[in-house]
Amino acid sequence: MIRDITIGQYYPADSVIHRLDPRVKLMAVACYLVSLFLFRNVAGLVAVTLGLAGIIRISKVPFRYMVKGLKAILVILVLSTLFQLFLTPGETLVQIWKLKVSYEGARNAGFMIIRLTYLILGSSLLTLTTTPNQLTDGMEKALRPLGKLHVPVHEVTMMMSIALRFIPILIEETDKIMKAQLARGADFESGNLVKKAKSMLPLLIPLFVSAFRRANDLAMAMEARCYRGGVGRTKMKPLSYHRRDGVAYLVIGAYFLGVLLLRKVS
Amino acid sequence: MNFIKARKLKFEYIRRDEEGNVEGLLTALDSVDLDVRQGEFVAILGHNGSGKSTLAKHLNMLLQAEEGTLWVDGKDAMDGGNVWDIRKSTGMVFQNPDNQIVASVVEEDVAFGPENLGIPTGEIWKRVENSLQSVGMVRYRSHSPNKLSGGQKQRVAIAGVMAMEPKCIVLDEPTAMLDPNGRREVLEAVQALNREKEVTLILITHYMEEVVQADKVYVMDSGKVVMQGTPREIFSQVDRLKKYRLDVPQATLLAYELRKAGMDLPEGILTWQELAEALCSQYQAR
Repeated sequence: MIRDITIGQYYPADSVIHRLDPRVKLMAVACYLVSLFLFRNVAGLVAVTLGLAGIIRISKVPFRYMVKGLKAILVILVLSTLFQLFLTPGETLVQIWKLKVSYEGARNAGFMIIRLTYLILGSSLLTLTTTPNQLTDGMEKALRPLGKLHVPVHEVTMMMSIALRFIPILIEETDKIMKAQLARGADFESGNLVKKAKSMLPLLIPLFVSAFRRANDLAMAMEARCYRGGVGRTKMKPLSYHRRDGVAYLVIGAYFLGVLLLRKVS
Repeated sequence: MNFIKARKLKFEYIRRDEEGNVEGLLTALDSVDLDVRQGEFVAILGHNGSGKSTLAKHLNMLLQAEEGTLWVDGKDAMDGGNVWDIRKSTGMVFQNPDNQIVASVVEEDVAFGPENLGIPTGEIWKRVENSLQSVGMVRYRSHSPNKLSGGQKQRVAIAGVMAMEPKCIVLDEPTAMLDPNGRREVLEAVQALNREKEVTLILITHYMEEVVQADKVYVMDSGKVVMQGTPREIFSQVDRLKKYRLDVPQATLLAYELRKAGMDLPEGILTWQELAEALCSQYQAR
């Protein structure tokens, strides 16, 4: 189950989306996320759905691969749906004992499910089509103005790319430790919440120790390869805009404008 | 002049208790002398805690000795100002393949070293291509390192060092976490680099089979260099090696036991091939 998390995993394929400049993709995701919370009617929903479906199609990332990432947010999804369903005041639709489901609640819950699902799908598409290095390169370049305010942009983006690189390794390790503890009779499933949380300790401590050891090793390996911060560094793949990036910016603008206009449609 | 020249190197780890008071000293290197010529393949042997990894870390200034002198590629490694020059000319490959790969794509990881050196983009591409070729990993250039086997990951790490075009590579137990196949892959790759590109090779290991091909072998025990010589000279002293808790190659061990049992075999047999030939000539002599 724990291996199903697809966030932060790159899916190698040859598509226009893969080749786009990461800055464009970051902009696109930002616009997309805002648009998710802008639409409030079915027309807007259709527009967002078409947009997402189109991009997924072009990206050549198999849809089943993306859906796997959704399992991770299932709990949040269910919880927020329940809250929306029962706690929104309004015209009563169904009444079960003391719990009222309002018409507005059902509508909000429906939209909430769709919004959260689309949110995960859209943002995982970013990491699936962009290598972490490209992604952090894009961020580094897009956030460069902050460097003037003494924000350590290079260091932060480097940390992010390393974190992304180690996510699958640490997940695998968690799996391994879990199995080792299970084999020795550990029980992660039964008991109440407190007991469950306590039973996680023998999992977390070895994981933390190993993460620190890895960090130490990696720091040494990076130093041995002459890493000394962002100053004087060159890039194997420096970012530069192409025509397709300009076109993509136009498409994003058009999409955003479209969603804004559809808000007016009642 | 020698590529690496160390005289009387001394390094101590300070053990502290919880309040930070000095509890004791652990002498990891105790007046170590080392001489490595350009293009040589040198192996450093020793069981755990013998100081061999500490020595390796001195060679590209990850650690600095307290006493003694160390010259690497004509530069004084006791002078902190030379650190980047020395790290550029002496690359290092570590034990755990996962913990030394920085990027999530093979070719981007190989490019990490040259990027740090400020090499122009076009040149980086050439170097990445060449170094991936030299370890036979071009096919995997756009893969994620997580999907590679241990031996392949280690070859990527070697390519990452090669892309910095060092004169010398120090390998700190590069095969300790690999299966026999991966071990052979990695060893073949580094030996090819040594032969074809004349890269100086310093291999730190406790697998005896790996040092048979070396030009020179150093044996370390509790921070001291206790034996040095060609593999043949070293492995003909089976009793001494046992004293330092080291094994000898199995062929050597068998030859040694046979000789002890009264057979007339030459000393210092290293490979099965040599043993078989020696046994055959014995048989024919009868």
